[in-house]
Amino acid sequence: MYQYLALAAILFAIGVFGVLTRRNAIGILMSLELMFNAANINLVAFNKFITPDGLTGQIFAIFVVVVAAAEAVVGLAIVLLLYRNWKGIDVDHINIMKW
Amino acid sequence: MLEKAFLIPLYPLFAFVVIVFFTRWKERLSSYISIAMVTVGLVHSLVVLIQMIARHGMPLELSRTFIDLPEIHLELGIWIDPLTAVMLMVVTIVSGCVQVYSLGYMHNDPRWSRYYSYLSLFTFSMLGLVVANNFFMIFIFWELVGLTSYLLIGFWFEKKSASDAGKKAFITTRIGDLGFIVGLLILMAYAGTFNYQEIFAKVTGGEVDAGIVALAGIFVFCGAVGKSAQFPLHVWLPDAMEGPTPVSALIHAATMVAAGVYLVARAMTLFAGSEVSSMVVAIIGLTTSLLAATMALTQNDIKRVLAYSTVSQLGYMVMALGLYGVDFARAMAHHGANFAEHFHSPGFYAGTFHLMTHAFFKALLFLGAGSVIHAVHTNDIRDMGGLARKMGITSITFFIASLSISGIFPLSGFWSKDEIVATSAGHPLFFVLTLLIAFMTAFYMFRLCFMTFTGQPRDQERFDHAHESPHSMTVPLMVLAFLSIFAGWTGLPWLKHNFATFVYHHEPYHAHANYLLMLVSTVVALSGIGLAYLMYYRGAISPAAIGERVRLLYRLSFNKFYFDEIYEVIVVKATLGLAAVLWWFDARIIDGLVNLAGWFTVKWADAKQLFDTYVVDGAVNGIGYVCLAGAWILRLVQSGSVQLYTLVVIAAAIGIVIYRVTPGGFLYYLAGLLLVALARLLTKMLASDRVKAEPKIEG
Repeated sequence: MYQYLALAAILFAIGVFGVLTRRNAIGILMSLELMFNAANINLVAFNKFITPDGLTGQIFAIFVVVVAAAEAVVGLAIVLLLYRNWKGIDVDHINIMKW
Repeated sequence: MLEKAFLIPLYPLFAFVVIVFFTRWKERLSSYISIAMVTVGLVHSLVVLIQMIARHGMPLELSRTFIDLPEIHLELGIWIDPLTAVMLMVVTIVSGCVQVYSLGYMHNDPRWSRYYSYLSLFTFSMLGLVVANNFFMIFIFWELVGLTSYLLIGFWFEKKSASDAGKKAFITTRIGDLGFIVGLLILMAYAGTFNYQEIFAKVTGGEVDAGIVALAGIFVFCGAVGKSAQFPLHVWLPDAMEGPTPVSALIHAATMVAAGVYLVARAMTLFAGSEVSSMVVAIIGLTTSLLAATMALTQNDIKRVLAYSTVSQLGYMVMALGLYGVDFARAMAHHGANFAEHFHSPGFYAGTFHLMTHAFFKALLFLGAGSVIHAVHTNDIRDMGGLARKMGITSITFFIASLSISGIFPLSGFWSKDEIVATSAGHPLFFVLTLLIAFMTAFYMFRLCFMTFTGQPRDQERFDHAHESPHSMTVPLMVLAFLSIFAGWTGLPWLKHNFATFVYHHEPYHAHANYLLMLVSTVVALSGIGLAYLMYYRGAISPAAIGERVRLLYRLSFNKFYFDEIYEVIVVKATLGLAAVLWWFDARIIDGLVNLAGWFTVKWADAKQLFDTYVVDGAVNGIGYVCLAGAWILRLVQSGSVQLYTLVVIAAAIGIVIYRVTPGGFLYYLAGLLLVALARLLTKMLASDRVKAEPKIEG
C-alpha cells in the first residue's frame, strides 16, 4: 500500500509545484489535474487495502474524475476569456486584484 | 342691586375695551358708548345709595379668593358702606358730566376715541378703588389711577410742557406710593392680612402694637400725600393743568386727588388709634392748605388758581380727618373704654362731606374755566374781563360755584366748610389758620370771578370773538351748579337723618347747629369777597400797590414759594448728578471689568486654539498617518497573484503539520521560509532593475 501512497504524494507534490510555479494558465490547470489524480490514487488504494468489501472509494474516484472534467471545462472557458481580454494567458500579468 | 355693585366699575371698563378694540375709528360712537356706560354706572350707584340708606348704612362685603399662598391670602372683593356709596355717586356724576362736557370741548380733536377710552379707564380705576375691600386691591387701582392720570394729563403730548407735566405727576405720586406700599407691607407683616375689616379689628383689638399702627398709618398717608397733592408733594398738580380742562375737572375735583382723602377716611381706624400719626396728618393738611391758598392769591392763569384752590381744599379735608383722629386718640386716652360718650368730633363727617361738596363745585369751576378758555383761547385772566355779558350760563354757574367754595349760606360749601371750622374749633392754632384760609379762599375765588367776568374787556379782540359754549357744555355746568347748591343740604344740622348719621367712622355723629361758628365763618367769607370786590371790581384799592407794599410775600406767593426751583436743585439735580456718577462707574469700572474679562477670554481661547491645532488635531492626524503608513506596508501583501496566496496557504498548512509533529522544528521551518522569501525578494528586485534597464516591448 505504501508504494501507492508514496506515488500519490509525489504526484500531489508535483501538482502543487506546478500550480505554484507555472505561468501558463493551462499549465496550472494541468497541474490541478495531477493533484486530483493523486487524490484518486489514494481513494482507490484505501478502498483496495482497508475496505476491500465495498466500492465506495472507487465510485468516489469516478465522481472526482467527472467533477474534474467539469472543472476543466469551466477552467478552460475562463482561460479562453482571459486570452480574449489580455491577449495572453500568463497569470503573472493578470493582477487586476492587486491593491 | 347691592350685591351686584361690583359691576359698577366694570361698566366703564367695558366701554374702554369696546372702544379700544372695536370702535376706535367710529369716534362719535366711541364717545356715546363711554357716556352710556358711565350713565349706567350712575344709575346703578344711585340704586346702591338708596338701598344703602334703606338698610341704615349696614355695610356689605363680598369677597372671592384671588391668590392663596401659605402666608398670604389675597382676595378680590367689594366693601359697600355709606362712604363707598357716596363716593360712587360722586365719581359717576362728575365723570358723566365731564364726558358730556367733553363732547363740546374736545370737538375736532384728532384723538377723540383715545380720549374717551382713557376717560373710561380712569373712571373704572377710580370706581374700583372706591369699592375695593382690601388694601391690596386698592393699591392696584391706585396705580391704575396714577397711570391713567399720566395718560390724560399728557394727552396733548405734542406739547413738551404737557408731556413733562404727565411725567411729573406720575413720578411725584410714585414717590408717595413708595411710602404707601411700605405701609401696606408693615400692615401685612404685623396683621397678616390686607382686608380692611380684619386689619381694623386687629388694630382696635390691640393685637397690633400701637407704635406699629402709627408707623403704618404714616406710611399709608404718604400715598395719600402723593395722590392728593399734599405738601411736600403738591408740585405736580398745578403743572397737571396742561391736560385738557375736562380732564382737570375729572382728575382734580372728584377722582384722583379725592383718592388720597378717601384713603385717609377709609383707613381712619389706623390714624384714630394714634395721636402722633393723626397729628402728622392734620399738620400736613394744614400746611398744604395754607401754602396753596397763599399761592393761589397771585396766580394769573385761571386754571392754576383753581389748581391751588384744589390743593388748598384737599388740605382742608385732610386736616379735618387728621384732627378727628387726634380728638379720637385723646378721648380714648382720657376716658378709656367708654370714651364714646365724651367724644364729639365732626372731623370725619366734615372731611368726607367736604370731599363730596368740593367734588361738585370744583368740577363746576374747572368746567366753567374750560368754557371760558374755549371762548377766549387763553388761560390768562389779565386778558379776560367782562365776559359775563357774553357767557351768561357760564358766568352764573361760575359765580354759584365760587360762592359755594367760599362758604356762603346756604350753598353746599357753607355746610361742609362750617363743619371743618367746627372741627378745628378745639385747636386754637388750627382754628385761626382755618379761618385765614377761608378768608383767602373767598378772596382769590372772587378775584378770579371779577377779573374774568366783570369790568371792561382788557383784550378787545378776544372779547369780540367770545361766545357762549354749546349745550353739551352748558348742561353739565347747570347740573353741577344745581348740585353745588343743594348737595350740601344733605348735611343740614336740623335734619334727624343727615350725612353725618349716614357716613361716620366710629359712632354716628349727631350734628348740631352752632350759630356762632356759622356767623364767624360767614363773616370771614364775606370779608374776603368784600376785599376782592374793592380791589378788583371797584378798584378802590390798587392790587399793585399792595403787591409793592408786601413785595417779598408777593414774590414768594407768585413764584409758589420756589418749590419747583428747590426741588429742581435738590431732587432733580441731585438725581442727575447721582446718575452721572453711576454712569461713569458703569462706563469705566463695570464696562472695564467686562471688557477685561472679554479680553482674557479671547486670549485664553487663542491659547486653547494652539493646543487644539497642534496637540488634539496632531493626535488625530497622527493616528491617521500611522494607519496610512501601516496600510502602505500591508497592502504589499495584496499582490493580486492567486499563486502567491496559494503558496501562503500551502506553506501555512505545511507549517501546521510540522508544528504538530515537531514543535521545535517549526522555528527552523519559519526561518527557512523567511530566507526563501528574502531570496525571492532580492531576485525580484534584481529582475525589476533588469526590466528598467531593458525597456519593455508591448504587444
